[in-house]
Amino acid sequence: MNKIRIEALYKTYASKGGRVTALEKVDLTIKQNEFITLVGPSGCGKSTLLKLIGALIRPSRGLLLYDGAPLQRPPRDIGMVFQEAVLLQWRTVLDNVLLPAEILGLDKASARAHAMHLLELVGLSGFENRFPRELSGGMQQRVSICRALVHNPSVLLMDEPFAALDAMTREELGFELMRIWDTDKKTVVFVTHNITEAILLADRVVAMSPRPGRIAKIVDIDLPRPRTIDMEFSAKFKSYSDQIRAVIYHGGGVGKR
Amino acid sequence: MTVQTNALAVEEADEVLESTESPWRSIVGSSLTFIALVLLWEVLVRQLKIPGWLLPAPSAIAVALADWRGELVRHSLVTLYETLVGFALAIAISIPLAVAVVCSPILRNTIYPILLAFQSVPKVAIAPLLALWIGFGTLPKVVVVFLVCFFPIIVATATGLAAVPAPLMDLIRSLSASTLQTFMKIRFPTAMPHIFVGLKIAITFAVIGAVIGEFVGSEDGLGYLILVSTSQSRTPLAFGALVLLTVMSIVLYYGVAFIERIAVPWAPKN
Repeated sequence: MNKIRIEALYKTYASKGGRVTALEKVDLTIKQNEFITLVGPSGCGKSTLLKLIGALIRPSRGLLLYDGAPLQRPPRDIGMVFQEAVLLQWRTVLDNVLLPAEILGLDKASARAHAMHLLELVGLSGFENRFPRELSGGMQQRVSICRALVHNPSVLLMDEPFAALDAMTREELGFELMRIWDTDKKTVVFVTHNITEAILLADRVVAMSPRPGRIAKIVDIDLPRPRTIDMEFSAKFKSYSDQIRAVIYHGGGVGKR
Repeated sequence: MTVQTNALAVEEADEVLESTESPWRSIVGSSLTFIALVLLWEVLVRQLKIPGWLLPAPSAIAVALADWRGELVRHSLVTLYETLVGFALAIAISIPLAVAVVCSPILRNTIYPILLAFQSVPKVAIAPLLALWIGFGTLPKVVVVFLVCFFPIIVATATGLAAVPAPLMDLIRSLSASTLQTFMKIRFPTAMPHIFVGLKIAITFAVIGAVIGEFVGSEDGLGYLILVSTSQSRTPLAFGALVLLTVMSIVLYYGVAFIERIAVPWAPKN
């Protein structure tokens, strides 16, 4: 079943130097509960595409269908995670997680129970009443993931969520995310500029290239789940990685030099 | 080389630890310095036989404070009243206006630049005009206080309300939050530390504003008392009034800082 359908989508901006094409003719169909990663160098439009899917910005041209219907405004049915945790400093961990539930006016008791369950899943039981400044960067990002899931969205949009973390925390959180996704399936669109991360997480990797931003290739990742860290060293993994690397720099990037 | 760098790092760590226990030291240190300066003042005035109407000794100021305490208290209360009413008025008007400026691009482009330009007008120069327009009562003083407080508060509030990180705004929009929800749950709490920065600047200006208003034309208040007592060569009394103004300013500032610590416990210290 298709969750999100994108057809001939363009995003252009008017600037002093003329029109800038951020995204050119994007065609992409995302199945329900599929884990998609968007990977590419900066300027390839991967974050723009994510914002378009979240209806935070409007396409200049093209079609964006959400459950078969055109998307007019933010669907409320999405969770978002960003590079920074952007937690509210004046709220406890639990109250931060509950923010979306409050805004959407969900039942308090069940939202609270769900929030506690999510915090337990990411290993933050006992931290409910702490404040964000008392937490490490990795813990803060775990809280922001819980916040993105508390209202049970069917789509999770993640914009380089682990990019600001150290390499070890990053791996740890990647596996945690997959564990959560395994138990509670959602459609995930995950933006990253890390090719290894993109392959390890995804069902399909959407490789994008810059100037203008466009989809260069879509690679099906046929690795068994649950994924493990040693898959990274398999021949299959390397071939995926080579395929992606070959296309994303096309357009004047590092690969051409 | 490496060893040296490590040694330096250890030393630095020690220093940081020391500075965390130093507030008491700095309080004791500054108090001792203050007392020493007052003593030096006393000794110099006595030794050099400076006449009291020119520069009174601290002891003479203390005597004036004691002798005139009834008058001093009455005038202090007048100045305090003008200060607090003008300050409250500035809060009541500039915060809603800051909300309006943040909400409406039209206001941001029309009213806000005018406000910024208006800030360049010296308020001291407006005070006589205010006396001309609204007389010599309490109101013109309150208006001067309002004018000096208004600007720092509205700028700080508008800045704070707009200081929400872009990803957080995206998150809120993805949930289709209403404008009211956005303000109550995100914008106001984000702005609180900024607002208090503005309030702390404003409260120190407020006392100055009240005194300026009293200088221009008035029959009571500490500013009036300073003006009258200097013209009558009662310099120790003028100094007494000055001491009270300073104390009032400091107490009001720490009052605002105290409210901040209760209202905004998450604000960065200092």
